[in-house]
Amino acid sequence: MILYDYVLSPDCYKVRLLAALTGAKITLRAVDFHPGAEHRKPEFLKINPAGTIPVMEEDGLVLTDSSAILTYVAAKAGPEWLGDDDARMRARVAQWLAFAQRLSASIGKARTHDMLQKPADIDACRAGGIQCLREIEAALVEQDILGARFLAGDRPTLADIACFPHSMLAPDGGISVDAYPAIRLWTRRIRALPGFVEMPGIHRLHDLKPEPAKA
Amino acid sequence: MTSEAIRNEWYPVALASQLGPEGRDTRLLGEPIRVDWAAQGRPRVRAADGREMATRLRYGHIWACPGTPSRELFDIPEADQPGRRLVDVGVVRVKCSPLRAVENFLDIAHFPFVHTDILGAEPHTEVGKYDVAIREEVDEVWATKVHFYQPQAAKSAAGGITTEYMYRVPAPTVSILYKTCPPRPGEWDVITLFVQPLEENLCEVWPWMALFDDETPMTDLIHFQQTIFLQDRSILENQLPRLLPLDPGMEIPTRADLTSVAYRRWLKRRGYTYGAQLVAA
Repeated sequence: MILYDYVLSPDCYKVRLLAALTGAKITLRAVDFHPGAEHRKPEFLKINPAGTIPVMEEDGLVLTDSSAILTYVAAKAGPEWLGDDDARMRARVAQWLAFAQRLSASIGKARTHDMLQKPADIDACRAGGIQCLREIEAALVEQDILGARFLAGDRPTLADIACFPHSMLAPDGGISVDAYPAIRLWTRRIRALPGFVEMPGIHRLHDLKPEPAKA
Repeated sequence: MTSEAIRNEWYPVALASQLGPEGRDTRLLGEPIRVDWAAQGRPRVRAADGREMATRLRYGHIWACPGTPSRELFDIPEADQPGRRLVDVGVVRVKCSPLRAVENFLDIAHFPFVHTDILGAEPHTEVGKYDVAIREEVDEVWATKVHFYQPQAAKSAAGGITTEYMYRVPAPTVSILYKTCPPRPGEWDVITLFVQPLEENLCEVWPWMALFDDETPMTDLIHFQQTIFLQDRSILENQLPRLLPLDPGMEIPTRADLTSVAYRRWLKRRGYTYGAQLVAA
């Protein structure tokens, strides 16, 4: 599996994170998204005419949507991440994978605007991002009342992988996450998963490491 | 209007390889400026009233001085050394004081905590003794004999090594780092941070590198440096106070912060207060 990757992209990071959590072997192919805009160049457009990353390629299969890529990696390396326990869980995962598009279109755009000066209607992106965070917060509180600690059930699934990165990176786009305690706890749970990997802006939990004196 | 000490410095305002015919509308020291190409590929930087500023095209970037240059743009002799690869890392906007961005670049102690397993790792957190001086003959801040344990100092390094560094501040919003070069003992890799002050608490940062590395693909070199700098960005945007205090009292430095102390002293004595705060004695 070859992943066309950009280190600062939350959508690429989702795939790297799932691969790390499931032990899937992926080969990274770095795309010069910034400053080179390689994703807009003819050679890349031949692979993905939409000019977006991530893209995954394997044996003639080309996937250009991050939810499709997550589904493929999970199906191959960690089927339990698909969340197929029952009809409700499966539907919830599908719903959160779709919801993640709204996160990319709001928080994701606010972030590339603020960081890399990509064009965006920044007020609309931030308002949309805040609305998304409020919905995740409400959903996590409801899940907690039902005794479930993750978005689609009581164990992590693709739903969490798809929504986690933008939820943590919102401050990069000028959107505070201080008002969402359930999101904070949920992101800590994800960062505590065995095999977790970080990206710039999403730090590992240093408090899980042994104290220096005891190391 | 900012003071002459501030206006007479050189500032990066664009990456030459990314400046298209459409030009670039940006800001410098709180005022709008326009960067574009005049005839014969000569860079041109104009203030809102149309006045042209002194410009230079150097180190992959376009530089401008809004006032009267008090001295020539600083020299990086290594930039012209054959065999080096020059890496345009690209711009990143940060909501912080331009001086905070420079100061953070000068700090070693945060490596194990912010750049974990790349530039540092617990429990190797100690910053050993190093030398700091304001070199009067060139009017620059220098830190030398800086040693630090690094798990992945360079792409070619297998396992952890102790890396030696030198830091140099040749202009108030520029920092240059010289670092042990694994493939070429005896030479230094050059990694810079060029900071464009948009406002006192908003800047655009242009990392740039001149490396001896024939192996690593260019995009990987760019991504390595972007990873490092974006790990810093979220920290920089949360530092308080927002403006860099030039007088003691607001923050308590430790021995590891000697470079920062010298940098603040140097800024204060040259009256460079853009992005800084002074506390009444």
